Amino acid sequence: MRTAAPTDRPSTAIRVENVSKTFDTAAVLHDLSIDVRAGELLGLLGPSGSGKTTLLRIIAGLDAPDRGRILFGDDDATGLAVQERAVGFVFQHYALFKHMSVADNIAYGLNARRRAERPAKPEIKRRVGDLLDLIRLSGFGDRFPSQLSGGQRQRVALARALAVEPRVLLLDEPFGALDAQVRKDLRRWLREIHDRTGQTTIFVTHDQDEALELSDRVAVLDRGRLEQVGTPDEVQEHPASATVMKFLGDHVEVEALAEGGRVLVRGRETPVAAPAGIIGPVKLYVRPWQLQLAEFEAAHLSGTVRSSYRSQGRQRIEVVDTEGRVLAVEDFDGIRHPAGHPVGLRINGGHVFG
Amino acid sequence: MVETPRRKRTFRRPSVIPGFGLSFGYTLTCLGLVVLLPLAGLVAKASGLGLSGIWYVATDPRVASALKLSFGVSAVAALTASVFGFLVAWVLTRYRFPGRKIVDAAVDLPFALPTAVAGIALAALYAPDGLLGAPLARLGIQAAYTPVGIFIAMVFIGLPFAVRTVQPLIAEIDKEIEEASATLGATRLGTLTRVVLPPLIPAVLTGFALAFARGVGEYGSIIFIAGNLPYVSEIAPLLIVIKLSEFDYGGAAAIATIMLGISFLTLLAINLIQAWSRRRFGYV
Amino acid sequence: MSEIFSPTVAPATRAEPVASEGAGTRLVLIGIAITFLALFLVLPLLAVFTQALSKGLDAFLAAFREPDAWSAIRLTLTVAAIAVPFNVVFGLAASWAIAKFEFPGKSLLITLIDLPFSVSPVVSGLIYVLLFGSQGLFGTWLMDHGFQVLFALPGIVLATVFVTFPFVARELIPLMQEQGSAEEEAALTLGASGLHAFRTVTLPNIRWGLLYSVLLCNARAMGEFGAVSVVSGHIRGLTNTIPLHVEILYNEYNFVAAFAVASLLAVLALITLVLKSFLEWRFAGDLAHGRAH
Repeated sequence: MRTAAPTDRPSTAIRVENVSKTFDTAAVLHDLSIDVRAGELLGLLGPSGSGKTTLLRIIAGLDAPDRGRILFGDDDATGLAVQERAVGFVFQHYALFKHMSVADNIAYGLNARRRAERPAKPEIKRRVGDLLDLIRLSGFGDRFPSQLSGGQRQRVALARALAVEPRVLLLDEPFGALDAQVRKDLRRWLREIHDRTGQTTIFVTHDQDEALELSDRVAVLDRGRLEQVGTPDEVQEHPASATVMKFLGDHVEVEALAEGGRVLVRGRETPVAAPAGIIGPVKLYVRPWQLQLAEFEAAHLSGTVRSSYRSQGRQRIEVVDTEGRVLAVEDFDGIRHPAGHPVGLRINGGHVFG
Repeated sequence: MVETPRRKRTFRRPSVIPGFGLSFGYTLTCLGLVVLLPLAGLVAKASGLGLSGIWYVATDPRVASALKLSFGVSAVAALTASVFGFLVAWVLTRYRFPGRKIVDAAVDLPFALPTAVAGIALAALYAPDGLLGAPLARLGIQAAYTPVGIFIAMVFIGLPFAVRTVQPLIAEIDKEIEEASATLGATRLGTLTRVVLPPLIPAVLTGFALAFARGVGEYGSIIFIAGNLPYVSEIAPLLIVIKLSEFDYGGAAAIATIMLGISFLTLLAINLIQAWSRRRFGYV
Repeated sequence: MSEIFSPTVAPATRAEPVASEGAGTRLVLIGIAITFLALFLVLPLLAVFTQALSKGLDAFLAAFREPDAWSAIRLTLTVAAIAVPFNVVFGLAASWAIAKFEFPGKSLLITLIDLPFSVSPVVSGLIYVLLFGSQGLFGTWLMDHGFQVLFALPGIVLATVFVTFPFVARELIPLMQEQGSAEEEAALTLGASGLHAFRTVTLPNIRWGLLYSVLLCNARAMGEFGAVSVVSGHIRGLTNTIPLHVEILYNEYNFVAAFAVASLLAVLALITLVLKSFLEWRFAGDLAHGRAH
């Protein structure tokens, strides 16, 4: 399998331009635009109903947008039939052809080509063999899908999609139906395959750990809109909206006041800068690791310890604050905080959205 | 920014799978030519007679007794088939005994056996000198060539319906429900009548309705054993055939319409039963 | 100490499972069920064969030396050879349209397809007489143009097609609905044309359901009596199918011959039952749900 040289393809492999889609009366995608870079592993992340699978299917040609275009490189592909798009699609439940052997499944796309474009039989056999090696199922060619485990079936589905050398690989919640350990192994394996082949890949997931671990870039979708696209670090540390913030990790919403360019909680200043032009009451979003136990004189919030336990070298303390909310705080000081003990919490960072 | 025009609302949800136009068009064409057109012809003929015309035919003494016979005996036969059919379904599903699978397959015999073959076989069996007819004659019951024979034939053809509609439901009964009932102090009979049977009633009723509808319309299995004496043992379908041979198309159409009307009502009843069952029990 | 905690206990008597009737009751019920079935189902079947052979093997075989018997067999085979494939094509088209696409009025369509099931066989023949009979809608047109529908092969084929119309469709529709469209979509993404996907992906998935429904369709097509009786005219040697021939023999008091010919259909019925049960047992997963028992 060749790795793509950087000059091989245009830097934008796929452009989604102002795509909208409505199913019955529910709008599933709202004027969504995104560029997919050549060779990248892009994760589409969002809760169910966010439209991510619909977007994937529209790129594949399995559904058509009501408005907008799909471009492959510089060519408008919106009107292309799915057979002509050369996309490799891996379905959530694999959709393997259950009456065909593994080898026949993988060879299907090659065999389905018109005679003029079809490779010779020995060539097909060789490619199938190479792919079986790639997915580490050498020798499984004669088995049938019903004889394989879920993880093995998923790998066969991937090999089948790769066999036709697609311009982009599209995976729809590829690991959703598998159990935790298999999922972890396959994640790692998918990343390896991607690094080896340099194949442009888009995958859909609702699992933020998966998206953050695997992707070169993450696109966060919510209710049919693109909230943010960026590297895993970017979306975590510089979330563009409250939605992204809420979807990626634990957080706490604190009532605050924006004044003079700073954000104040209970009258005390926090290190958080207010976005330009924002004055007045705002919501401050704080991550657990941005809270710190502190003396009451320096604290922004106060409450009592509810429970405290050690996990992976850290002390995780649950505090019930004066509003009755349960806040999770991570602390490294090693001091045990008994339940019922009153504590103050200091806010060391956070985000305010316009 | 280029905007592709908004797609119109189409008849079917757009999908990437091809062949809808061809398959749907062909389906409608065949349906129309084979089923709907001929049936429409019947409706047209019958409406040509008008309701009064149909009523006139229906109240003709010979027609009336044929209809009474067909519907009456079929009801009794369907009832018998339902009761024994339930028993058979219960025994086949819940008990293990040697040859169970063969017995299970045998239940479909009336489905598979051509009606004429069943007809002559039943006639031979229940004729006064037949294997079963003789002992019955000694008991003073004449089976063949009387409504009793019609009853027997209708039970024969109704049985598979009665069994197969209720069998899958019996198979799905949750044993834990029965065990719960027992732990709460009910006797076995109590559990059966108050917990197990009630959810099965819709299926039993459906089986009854199907057996009834089939019995009313059946021809081949019955005419050999029936005797076919007007006013006594003449079934409605036979009367249709006779009217056709007399070129009384109108009369034949009238009787057929009445029978179709009853079939339709029966189908309606089945659907209503199933809808009620879905609401009440959450399944059919 | 241990003696306190492990006293000898008499083995518990095997209690009846709580969710079942007593063994005695069960035996009685099984007995009643089997007796009932034997009486009403098995005896008639046996009667066919005993009656056919009641005058010995020679008399049995003599029935098949009649040329009329052979024209009946030929006609039956011809009718089935036309009606069954026609209904297979229809069944495939209908199930493709219904299972792979979403459109309004689906349940109405399915109900209409099922209509022939709820129509009496005699009425199924009657409707064609009303259309093509000498006093029927197209009667005079047919006579003027020299076409013969009733009392000839076309009429018999039409009536047979009508009564067996839903067989293939009502097996394939739920089957294809259960199987969904994911595999076909996958085939399309891999570059297959619609026809190629149908041939290589859909057909193999439905092959056992198809075989099963063809079996039942064929059995009914060959055994149909009421509808064919109305349209055929009973012309000896010409328009009698096997069931009609049986009727004629029986009405002529030629009992042995009648049962002999009938035994052909009885054997067909048995073969159908055996194959049907085999398919239900072996390929339960490939048939529409609810078949296996």
